[in-house]
Amino acid sequence: MTEDIQPLAEAASEEVRQGQEARLMKAWQQPTGWRYWSEVNNSIVGLWYTALVFIFLLFGGLLALMMRIQLAIPGNTFLSPNLYSQVFTMHGSVMMFLFAIPIFEAVSILFLPQMMGARELPFPRLSAFGFWAFLIGGMFLCGSIFFNAGPTGGWFMYPPLTSRYQPGIGADMWLLGFSFIEVSAIAAAVELIVGVLKCRPPGMRIHLIPLYAWYVLVAAGMILFAFPPLITGSMLLELERAFNWPFFDAARGGDPLLWQHLFWLFGHPEVYIAFLPSVALVAMIVPAFARTPIAGYKWIVLSAIGTGFLSFGLWVHHMFTTGLPGVTLALFSAASQSVAIPTGVQIFCFIATVYVGRLRSSVPMLYVAGGLATFVIGGLTGVMVAVASFNFQAHDTHFVVAHLHSVLIGGTIFPVIAAAYYFFPLINGKLLSERLGRIAFWLLFCGFNITFLPMHFTGLRGMARRVYTYPAGIGLEGLNLTSSIGALILAAGFGVLLWDILRPKGKDADSPRNPWEAGSLEWLQEMPGKPWGIRSIPEIDSRYPLWEQPNFVRDVDEGRFFMPDAEEGKREMLVTSIIDAKPEQCLRIPGPSFITLISAIFLGGVFIFPTFKMYWSMAVSGAIALGCILYWLWEGSGLIPEKEEKAIGHGVTVPLYVSGPSSVGWWAMMITMLADLTAFVSIVFGYFFYWTLHKDFPPASIAGPGWIWPVAGLMASLAAWALTLLARGWNRKEKAGWFYAGMGSAVVLAVFGIYALVAGPSQAAMNPEENVYPAMVWLLAIWAAVHVAAGIIMQLYCVARRYAGRMTARYDIDIANVTLYWHFVAITVAGCVAVMAGFPLLR
Amino acid sequence: MSSHGTHHEVAEERQSLWLLVLSPSIWAVHFLASYAGAAVWCSTIDDRAQSVDAMRLWIVLFGLVALLCIGIIARIGWRKYKFEGGDPPFDKDTAEDRHRFLGAATVLLSGVSAIATIYSCLSMLFIRNCL
Repeated sequence: MTEDIQPLAEAASEEVRQGQEARLMKAWQQPTGWRYWSEVNNSIVGLWYTALVFIFLLFGGLLALMMRIQLAIPGNTFLSPNLYSQVFTMHGSVMMFLFAIPIFEAVSILFLPQMMGARELPFPRLSAFGFWAFLIGGMFLCGSIFFNAGPTGGWFMYPPLTSRYQPGIGADMWLLGFSFIEVSAIAAAVELIVGVLKCRPPGMRIHLIPLYAWYVLVAAGMILFAFPPLITGSMLLELERAFNWPFFDAARGGDPLLWQHLFWLFGHPEVYIAFLPSVALVAMIVPAFARTPIAGYKWIVLSAIGTGFLSFGLWVHHMFTTGLPGVTLALFSAASQSVAIPTGVQIFCFIATVYVGRLRSSVPMLYVAGGLATFVIGGLTGVMVAVASFNFQAHDTHFVVAHLHSVLIGGTIFPVIAAAYYFFPLINGKLLSERLGRIAFWLLFCGFNITFLPMHFTGLRGMARRVYTYPAGIGLEGLNLTSSIGALILAAGFGVLLWDILRPKGKDADSPRNPWEAGSLEWLQEMPGKPWGIRSIPEIDSRYPLWEQPNFVRDVDEGRFFMPDAEEGKREMLVTSIIDAKPEQCLRIPGPSFITLISAIFLGGVFIFPTFKMYWSMAVSGAIALGCILYWLWEGSGLIPEKEEKAIGHGVTVPLYVSGPSSVGWWAMMITMLADLTAFVSIVFGYFFYWTLHKDFPPASIAGPGWIWPVAGLMASLAAWALTLLARGWNRKEKAGWFYAGMGSAVVLAVFGIYALVAGPSQAAMNPEENVYPAMVWLLAIWAAVHVAAGIIMQLYCVARRYAGRMTARYDIDIANVTLYWHFVAITVAGCVAVMAGFPLLR
Repeated sequence: MSSHGTHHEVAEERQSLWLLVLSPSIWAVHFLASYAGAAVWCSTIDDRAQSVDAMRLWIVLFGLVALLCIGIIARIGWRKYKFEGGDPPFDKDTAEDRHRFLGAATVLLSGVSAIATIYSCLSMLFIRNCL
């Protein structure tokens, strides 16, 4: 246990402090003019991100309004059937992929560092890259509907509808565009997980972290395991659409149900990925207005982690009507019921907090209360549809539409609006209008209920969703017209909210500092904020430092804590240990750069060009993207500092350079590769899914890849892995000759490994268009080969770094991370070979 | 326990967040094994209406094993939770309170994992075949 460090008894002199502030300001200065767009600081990128997500929310809302106008009266011709299909597909997709998930990441990038008293997140350029990727992917997708080329398969894109009956480019845009956005979501998740684990202020032990950080950890962790199955599914469906590989074609051994499994393995956790961070916002807001610490902190941690886990056991409840065995339905029904327990616990904690505290009425709390009430209604109808027999009746009706909107609007949108009113002063130092906030709330709350309450009844009367009209005379007219009127009231509420956010506020007085008298760290911010984030990094002794640590604001402001200066003029932040947040490193983070934008543009080309079958353009774009990313890493990461250590105040000295498991880069690689491994497991799941359901998988008439080539590929890849591991040690021992020889041999072996892995199906003349079995084998072989190929690039990168003097025996983060990557390559190749070569032998 | 021993037990180096997720992971393993086992079992029988008592028994037995493992983890959590007495709410800035918090959270997560596992097993009481 370390001794708690107290703030300096005396602040530095005014002159010294001014000097410190000037240096901090210079290091964190935002670029101006057109270079503003090269900024990577979390407060700016987070703001762009949040604003863009709100724009997508409004776009998705307008699409919803179009649907409600169409359904206001029976037989309406406002939208054609095809356009209606585009509109509901885009509405669902935009709301889920361009609002519900990214709002969590945007808000977290914007506020998480402040909630944890950090100056930044550990990979600011990655955040910026994620934002630009999101912008490009989002515009690409939304643009399609303006050319009447939008996807029409519903937001879950079920084949064979989307694989055989929709030949336009809409489905391709969906599959490729969202894959690109999912990559950016995973990048943000990596950033946030490492941020929570490694970038807390000293003393903020794991039981003292803001509840928001717990939720971020859980939700970002869920992204790592939920998104890869969808990326895998999208890859399979696009391979079928573009190259006729029959993964979902029943006539050639495929199975459309596999898509549903992969989609909902993502889709159901996704609901909780959207919900949990919004509850996290509530967990920050409620104590501030109840003026008391949250009741049941550990119960909420239980709730977040428990919900995160159980939500992965629910995916089949979206598939209750697909003819799965009753045993399966029962298991998933049981899991669907049990998730209600942790979900409910947190709501009781909020009620208890309000009960024990002294509640102050406010606009944010109004939205919190309205949101939770709405969410509970959605939760209860959720328990209804989790009962398989009821589900059979309600499936694909407007009852489900009403249920999911109660959950998502109550559980996500209302808390996000509450957060907008609560956190707005942190963005530009002004408060939003209390009067407009209340007007907007009542319009939104009434509009929501008038819109969606009738849908329960239209659904129970059998009105199918996703159908552009309905006949008159079957008792649906009045209810639908009511829903449509409600939608207009809801839209008016959003209009008032939008006006409140956008109206000029120049004449409004600045918000007082900590206007809500909250106890959490983000309210340290001066009004308006400074680009450095926090003046000095505090020592934390409590969950609510602003309430419980005496003179805390003064001590932070006067630089009495850690790192009150930027002596070398660099952007720096503190890296601490995972459990007890002991200082481990002073991390220098890169500043503004356009490389993130350029990389995102060219990587975007890799996903956009194949939509139009422009494969050569895709390859060129990919090569340029690779070059950009290598340049980005070369210039901006693993830089050797001018000195070994740095004093951060209070007699504490920490290293400037760390490699291995203490470093943030190592954790980022580890987390990214866990997501990658999940994608691989999804492919293997597909292989065994076919085997389980289809007696002729693998078909007797089709020769497999044999075992000789795959095993040769495995041996070569394992040898390359072992040599990389050895080379790391030789580098540390300054055995340069051994290092170069080892890495060179590893590269040669890896190249042979790729050849041998692909030679398996190729020598056996397996035709991936003929049947799903050869397609699956080819996919496994290519998956393994691509991983080895990426490993070769990394090995060559390490060789170049050492040769250029940018990697040495002491400063070896590059090879430490590459070795970690190669551990995963070894697992992946071994898994691929075991499945494609080993499994047929067992049979 | 000596102060040195106490200090050692709550030291950061001996702590891990993995303990928190062990019980939910055991639920996940039981759940996935039950799902995969049921899928394979049902795909191998000719008549989906025939009873699958053996499979149901396996799922319940495996559930009991899972519950036993969850119980062991809960006990480890309980010992951390009750470290040197200790009263909630475990919000003091000490290694001991952090230790108790991690223990308490482990116990709670074990509880919810146990309930979810029992739910899975209970469903096997009612479903008799693969229809």
